[in-house]
This record gives sequence, structure tokens and C-alpha cells, in this order.
Amino acid sequence: MEKTPALRFSGAGQIFDTASGTLEALRGVDMTVGRHEFVAVLGPSGCGKSTLLRLTAGLLAPTSGTVEVFGLPVDGPRDDVGIVFQKPTLLPWATIEDNVVFPIRHKQGRVGVEDRARARDLLEMVGLKGFERRLPNELSGGMQQRVGIARALLLDPDILLMDEPFSALDALTREEMGFELLRIWQERPKTVLFITHSISEAVLLADRVLVMSERPGRIIEDLPVPLPRPRTVETTSSKVMHDFSGHLRSLLLKRAA
Amino acid sequence: MSEQEQPGGKPVAFRGGGFDYKPSKLTALLTFAVLLAIWEVGSRTGFISNLVLPAPSEVLAAFVQLWRSGDLWAHLSASLYRLVLGWTMGTVLGVAVGFAIALFAPVRASLTPLVAAIFPVPKIALLPLFIIWFGIGEASKVGLILFGTFFPTIIATYGGVDNVDRSLIRMGQSFGLTRAQIARKILLPGAMPVILSGMRITSAIAIILIVAAELIAAQKGIGAYIQMAGSLFATDQLIAGVLVLSALGLTVSWLITRAERWLLRWRG
Repeated sequence: MEKTPALRFSGAGQIFDTASGTLEALRGVDMTVGRHEFVAVLGPSGCGKSTLLRLTAGLLAPTSGTVEVFGLPVDGPRDDVGIVFQKPTLLPWATIEDNVVFPIRHKQGRVGVEDRARARDLLEMVGLKGFERRLPNELSGGMQQRVGIARALLLDPDILLMDEPFSALDALTREEMGFELLRIWQERPKTVLFITHSISEAVLLADRVLVMSERPGRIIEDLPVPLPRPRTVETTSSKVMHDFSGHLRSLLLKRAA
Repeated sequence: MSEQEQPGGKPVAFRGGGFDYKPSKLTALLTFAVLLAIWEVGSRTGFISNLVLPAPSEVLAAFVQLWRSGDLWAHLSASLYRLVLGWTMGTVLGVAVGFAIALFAPVRASLTPLVAAIFPVPKIALLPLFIIWFGIGEASKVGLILFGTFFPTIIATYGGVDNVDRSLIRMGQSFGLTRAQIARKILLPGAMPVILSGMRITSAIAIILIVAAELIAAQKGIGAYIQMAGSLFATDQLIAGVLVLSALGLTVSWLITRAERWLLRWRG
């Protein structure tokens, strides 16, 4: 049964007016993401990946074409779209729990007891039980990013946008967070649009990898990942993962050359 | 290679932490005590002329007299009234205008050159004008302090807001916060450290300005007291007045430190 896709870009283009002239970030982007699908967007730096995400989040309106979420044109930030940023973007003066309930406080004007209970459940799920009353700078980078994920999940969004969420972390923590995300995704199925410039991260996490060209960004490849789920540490050393990653690498490097 | 090296190397002195600060309250007290003792002895032996500098004991006597007569409170309250009123209004208005500059591009474009032009003017130079405008009474002095604290507060505030992490603003936008909510919940607390250090500076400016204004034109106030003492060659009273100012400055600075500790306790 084919339903309305969670996300649809039709000929979406984005041109920025900057001090040094116009800059075409995206050109004619066509893509769809199905409900509860995990899609990674892979591309060189400055290819407009983040623009793609900001269009989906409703923080930006496309200069041409349309962007739709569940069949409706995006005209602003929506509650069913949660975002995890590149940096944790936590308020340094608010406790971990207050940071997680931050979106609710401004939606409803107050935070109810059940909201706080849900925030604590989410913190427990991301492995931060006992840190509710701490301040962000008392936590490591990986822990802070987990808080960001818990915050994005608070309104129980159907779509989760992730803008290179683990790129500021060290390699080991980054891999650990990837598996953590897969576990959360398994527990609470979501439509995920995951922006990254790491090939192995894209392959390990996603159902489908969209490869973008350098600026102006277009989707040049749309490849399903031939790896079964659940994916584990063993997956990372499998031959299929190795071959598929190699294929993506050659695609990206050929473009660069 | 002439000689065989000894294995294990030679012992070396510890060279780390060369600039480590070891606090010593005793040294400060001792310095203070020694200076006072030299001054007292110098005055008593006549080495230091009494007219130039009275002995510390005489200054103390002048202070006690100032206290006992009730004049201390009369002068101090006059100064404090002007300080608190002028500084509070200057700070509130300065924070408001600073926020307007930080948030609205047209306001920034129109006001920043004006602020930059007025900021470096020594505000005491405007006292004669303020006296012409507002008269010799309280208004001209309060107005001078207001004016003198207003501009540095504007600069500190919009500087502080500009320094708030942009990604926090984007985070607020993505969760659908209004501009007003972002200003109140993200920009104001984020700019608070810079605003508070601005307050530390403006409180010092306010004390300088009030004393200068009172030296020129006032019946009551610590500045007026010092001025009177000076014209009577009562150097003991004059220095007692200066000590009151020192105590006032220290108290204000202590209060701001307390406010910083409380408002910025998240900085750990």
C-alpha cells in the first residue's frame, strides 16, 4: 500500500543573495522519503546538504520548486519534524532536563508533570539517567549530543532531521553513537533524514543513500543499502559493507576529480 | 662522544608552574600596616607637613566626627540617591537600546554611529550644559550619571547579544520560538555575562561622575564634602571623604560580584 511520502522534494532549488553575488546552493532536487525510512544524504562539504535540511525543517523557503512534508507544502517549523544539529546547541545555563523540555515550554507556555516524566524517560533511553540536574558543560561532547537527540524526540516527531550530528565527536564515540541511534530508531520508528559526509556512517545507518554533487547541489545517485538489519559491529567489517562503501567512495572521488 | 653518559639522566629542578599564584592575605595586610606606620611616624616627627598630609590618626578622628555628627549619612545618602537613580535608569535604558540595536538592523544602522560618536566624550564636559537644561538641582546630576552609564551599557549589551552562539538562535527558530521568546529566553541570558561586566564598568563611571559633579555644584554629597574640606584646608576631612569613596567603590564592586555569582552560577 503506497501512502503519501513523508518527505517530497520536487525540482527544489535554492539561490542565496550574498554580499559577493548570488550563490546557487541547490538545483532541481527531486527526492522522496517514505514513512519510517532511514535516508542518508552524502556529499562533499559545501554541496548544500544543510540547505536541504533547512528546507525540510521550514527554516528556509525554496526559491524554486516545492518541498512537502506528508503532502503539505512546508511553510514553517513543524511539530512533527524534530532536528538534531551538528553542535549540541544546549542552553548552557539550563539543566539537562530543562534543555530537553525547552521546546514544550515555548509551545504550551508551561511544562507539565507528564512532560517532565517523558523527558526523564527519554534521557534514560539515551543513557543519561542521573544527569537530569546537571549542566551541559559538565557533560562530554557525546553526552551533550545525546541530550540533543532526547530533545528532538520530546514532541515525538514523525520525521527526525539530523545535520551531521556526530561530526564533532571523536571517531570512537561517533561509531558508538551510530549504534545508539540505530537502537533508538528500532525502539521508536521514525522517518530519518541523516546528513553526513562520512561514507561508512551513511552505509551503516541508512536504508538508502542519496549522493549529492558539489555546488549547485543535485542528487546524482539514489542507492539502496544492501545490508540486512539489525546492523551490528560485525556489519562494519562485512564484505558487503566494504564493497558498497568502496563503490560510494569511487563515485564521490570521480566527481571530485 | 668524549665521555660515557650516565644512564637515567641528572636530577633537574621542577620547572612547571612558574607563574602559579599563591594567595597571601597576610602580605597585603602587612603592606598596608607598614605604610600606615611610616605615614603616622612621618607625620608625628614633622617629616611630613601636617598641611600636606595629616596623620592617619587625625584622618580617623575626622571620620569619627563625620560619623558622630550625622553628616556622613547626609552626604552619603545624597550621593547614593543620585547614583542609584541615575545608574538604574541609564542601565535599564541602555540594555533596552542595546537590545534594539542587536535585534533590528535599521536601528543598528542609525544608532551605532551616533553611539560611537558620543561614547568617547568625557561626560563631565556636559555638566555645564546639563545645568543649563535641568538647573542646579538633582536633575542635572542624575541626568549626567544616566547619560554617562547609558552609552557603555548600550555597547556592552549589543556586543553581548552579538556574541551569543548563532546556533542557539537557529535551535530556537527550529522549535518555533517567536522573536520575542528568542530574545528573552536565549539572547538575554546568553548576553548576561557581558552585560554584567558592563555594569561593573558603568558603576565605576557613575562614582567618578557623581563626585566630579558634586565637586562643581552641590550642597550635599561626598564630593561636596571633599570640596568644602579642601577650601578650608581641612586635609584630614578631605582624606576621610576620599576613604568613604574608596569604601563605596569596594561595596559596589562586591555587590556586582555577588550578582555575577548568582546570575552566572551556570558557568561553574
